[in-house]
Amino acid sequence: MNVVEVNVNPKRVKHDLKKQERSLLLRRFLSNKLMVTGSIIIVLLLLLAILGPKLTPFDPYEMVVKERLEAPSSHHLLGTDNFGRDLLTRIIYGAKVSMWVGFASALLSSIIGLAIGLTASYYRYLDNILMRICDGLLAFPAILFAIALMAVLGAKTENVIIALTIVFSPEVARIVRSRALVVREETYIEAIRSQGASAARIIWKHIAPNTISPLLVKATFVFSEAVIVEATLSFLGAGVPAPDPSWGNILSDGKDVIYTAWWMTVFPGLFIILSVLGLNLLGDGLRDLIDPQSSTK
Amino acid sequence: MYIYILKRIFSLVPVLFVVSIVAFLLIYLTPGDPVSVMLGQEATAEQIEALREQMGFNDPLYLQYFHWLINVLQGNLGDSYFMHMPVTTAIVEHLGPTLSIAVLAELIAILIALPVGILAAKHRGSLMDQFVMGFTLTGMAIPSFLFGLILMLVLGVKLGWLPVAGYQPLSTGFWNYLQYLLMPGLALGIIQSALIARMTRSSMLEVLNADFIKTARSKGVKERSIIYVHALRNALLPIITVVGQTFGLLLAGAVVIETIFNIPGIGQLVLNSIQSRDYAVIQGVILMVAFFYVIINLVIDLLYMLIDPRVGY
Amino acid sequence: MEQPLLEINNLKTHFKTERGRVTAVDGISFSVEKGEILGVVGESGCGKSVTAQSILRLFDEKYTASYEGEIKLQGENLLQLSKAEMEKIRGNEVSMIFQDPLSSLNPVFTIGYQLMETIRIHQNRTKKQARQMAIDLLRMTGIPSPEKRVSEYPHQLSGGMRQRVMIAMALACKPKLLIADEPTTALDVTIQAQILDLMLELNEELGMAVVFITHDLGVVAEVCTRVVVMYLGQVVEEANVEELFTTPLHPYTKGLMKAIPQMDGDRSQKLNVIGGTVPALNAIPSGCRFASRCEFANDLCKEKAPDLQVHEGNHKVRCWHYAEISNKEAARHA
Repeated sequence: MNVVEVNVNPKRVKHDLKKQERSLLLRRFLSNKLMVTGSIIIVLLLLLAILGPKLTPFDPYEMVVKERLEAPSSHHLLGTDNFGRDLLTRIIYGAKVSMWVGFASALLSSIIGLAIGLTASYYRYLDNILMRICDGLLAFPAILFAIALMAVLGAKTENVIIALTIVFSPEVARIVRSRALVVREETYIEAIRSQGASAARIIWKHIAPNTISPLLVKATFVFSEAVIVEATLSFLGAGVPAPDPSWGNILSDGKDVIYTAWWMTVFPGLFIILSVLGLNLLGDGLRDLIDPQSSTK
Repeated sequence: MYIYILKRIFSLVPVLFVVSIVAFLLIYLTPGDPVSVMLGQEATAEQIEALREQMGFNDPLYLQYFHWLINVLQGNLGDSYFMHMPVTTAIVEHLGPTLSIAVLAELIAILIALPVGILAAKHRGSLMDQFVMGFTLTGMAIPSFLFGLILMLVLGVKLGWLPVAGYQPLSTGFWNYLQYLLMPGLALGIIQSALIARMTRSSMLEVLNADFIKTARSKGVKERSIIYVHALRNALLPIITVVGQTFGLLLAGAVVIETIFNIPGIGQLVLNSIQSRDYAVIQGVILMVAFFYVIINLVIDLLYMLIDPRVGY
Repeated sequence: MEQPLLEINNLKTHFKTERGRVTAVDGISFSVEKGEILGVVGESGCGKSVTAQSILRLFDEKYTASYEGEIKLQGENLLQLSKAEMEKIRGNEVSMIFQDPLSSLNPVFTIGYQLMETIRIHQNRTKKQARQMAIDLLRMTGIPSPEKRVSEYPHQLSGGMRQRVMIAMALACKPKLLIADEPTTALDVTIQAQILDLMLELNEELGMAVVFITHDLGVVAEVCTRVVVMYLGQVVEEANVEELFTTPLHPYTKGLMKAIPQMDGDRSQKLNVIGGTVPALNAIPSGCRFASRCEFANDLCKEKAPDLQVHEGNHKVRCWHYAEISNKEAARHA
């Protein structure tokens, strides 16, 4: 067979390949309608959380006793709560809290999970210890573990983030570790090691970048899970402390007046469902982008 | 095979060890001195010192853990400072409703998820499949306590079909017992079924693509038995894993959901303990649930051997 | 002439995919006589496996696959049978064995269960009778201590043993036709020979016809009486096995022949490789499908697709100028 010799600039080829890859990713993204929907939902919610407080004429804390429990109207679009506060405004400020708690927990548990996962995958003697610790932590159901942590830490927004980070980091660590173990076995890592690269260099420069995609997918799911757990904690009174607005708090107030004020349950509920749905769609889509094989499932 | 079982049981030791340490250390996460937090601001220095001594807080940490572990291994989870009774007793007294809800929810979840998942896989890409996928996506986006509230609003408040709160023990009659559990059971079970249905679908799809399904078809096996005998038996393995894992989630979910329906279970015990800073109870509950989770997973692994002849060799 | 056992006329198999409809088998016609072994050869992706599975209609017709044309088994068109009627044919009149014996047996049922299942679907037997038949079948296919093996699971058997089990299962109801889809590809060379011998033996003993799908021309030479060569969903050449090996006509067949290493040939000579790649199924050229890889292709080939034409007797070929090519080659060698 003929061997064709081609003279090309390797840098150029790499660049073109990257460009091609990027446009392929973009096309795949746009062809995944569910993922586009999820992204739009999340972007809108983020915009609402950031800009919403500036747009609403109401104060989320101001109680107007004579406007208690008003049904949705043109004045109060989503009605008022049992203290006469505008529900839409409370929900908007709640979006800010939920998105912040979700994002911060996802970010923190990604960082900690990444560090633990990489360490475990590289240093075999630590692997066993770290993974047994993760197994042990994962034996506690997420919500209950978070409740217990909040019970001792005390109800406070920052503590919710700390608790969620403790709860979700082991899951992230396992994902990073299993991916890193695969990369670690590849020949090129062996080659770099034989050239005397330091452990830290191999881990951070060569193994870590390969774990980013599964990490990103997991982080998205941690985000959505964190939104659910935060709402649950706040609903139980063990999360974001009242009177700060949070979707869980509003639902908790709404539960007491469920006979008279359906809107206090339905609207914050819808926002929780929308945000979790959006994040899950985004996560599913990201996973399919990275690993098209799994898209059939 | 017995070696496999023994190995599997032995592998629980490190996990349970970590579980015990986490539960033990939980109290020390309290900002400040747990004893003065427990007693409140009015407590005198003598009172605090007395309780410290009583709870063994003056010993070195490893010794405290050691004493605690010995007690736990004997089934003694300490005393509830607030309720003046052993934690074990408090948990046992509250366990009935919580377990009932979790078991009922698991049954409901399986009854919904299996047929729905199998049907979706069988008619992959059809309208029904898309409907099922929509159901699982939505189901996974709804926190179970929220679904509980919605059910309460619709079935309880608007339609008045089921009682919105309370609990009747089994001794008052089965229907009486069931009707109070039905709403929390449905709320948890339907939400949980979304996850199991999704798993069932993907597991069935994978198996239906396997070569041995083609073999079965090529020898004239009827489509029905291909799905329900050849495929399902293989697809069951990952499904059982999920069912087992979700039982832990369901226990935790039951703890949350019973607070909505005013059911005097573990959830109420936990919430009361949070308010009264009764840490020993919280510690005991979390230890027990984790222990349940570990044991259930063990049982499932052992169940595998009955279903999959490849395991255990 | 006697009616052939199996007669395929202009069979087309379409699949629905995300990128539109794809025709994996595009107008195949051939027949199988009683008791003969017909080889179907071609590269992977040429549609030979799809053809094999189409005969038994194994693809999901509800959502993905659809068939056109005729598949006549003793005069009866299988494509017009109902689902239930088709189930009576499968494993009974026509049975099939697959490439990978590892994944072709259900891992959670015993060998005996899977054999007895086939027997009891098509024949009215008690469990006890079926079990005895299963043991006899295992013995017939050369499995030692079949009484013991019958209650074992697939993972407890070696690859060769599993393929014997597959053959035993396929023969359970004494079918008239056995479709063997690359039955030896996944096996070691020595095991391959054993399985081929077994199949030849059973073909003689039971008088059942075999459609032998393979990419291995060596195996074809060993077991087949007649050969169909497929390329990109079509038959490009059909001939008796001796004739195909002595005077291949289609440039593609010639290429395949040259790609076989010769034991007695000049080993210093490089093996021939057919250049280029097979076009994708969703980008089939309008002219001759082989044109892009054919060194003899001209404008006619690129514009118009040739038909399968009779060369001599039952030697057929799909090429515009196979005669010229053969002459040219003869001149070159002379």
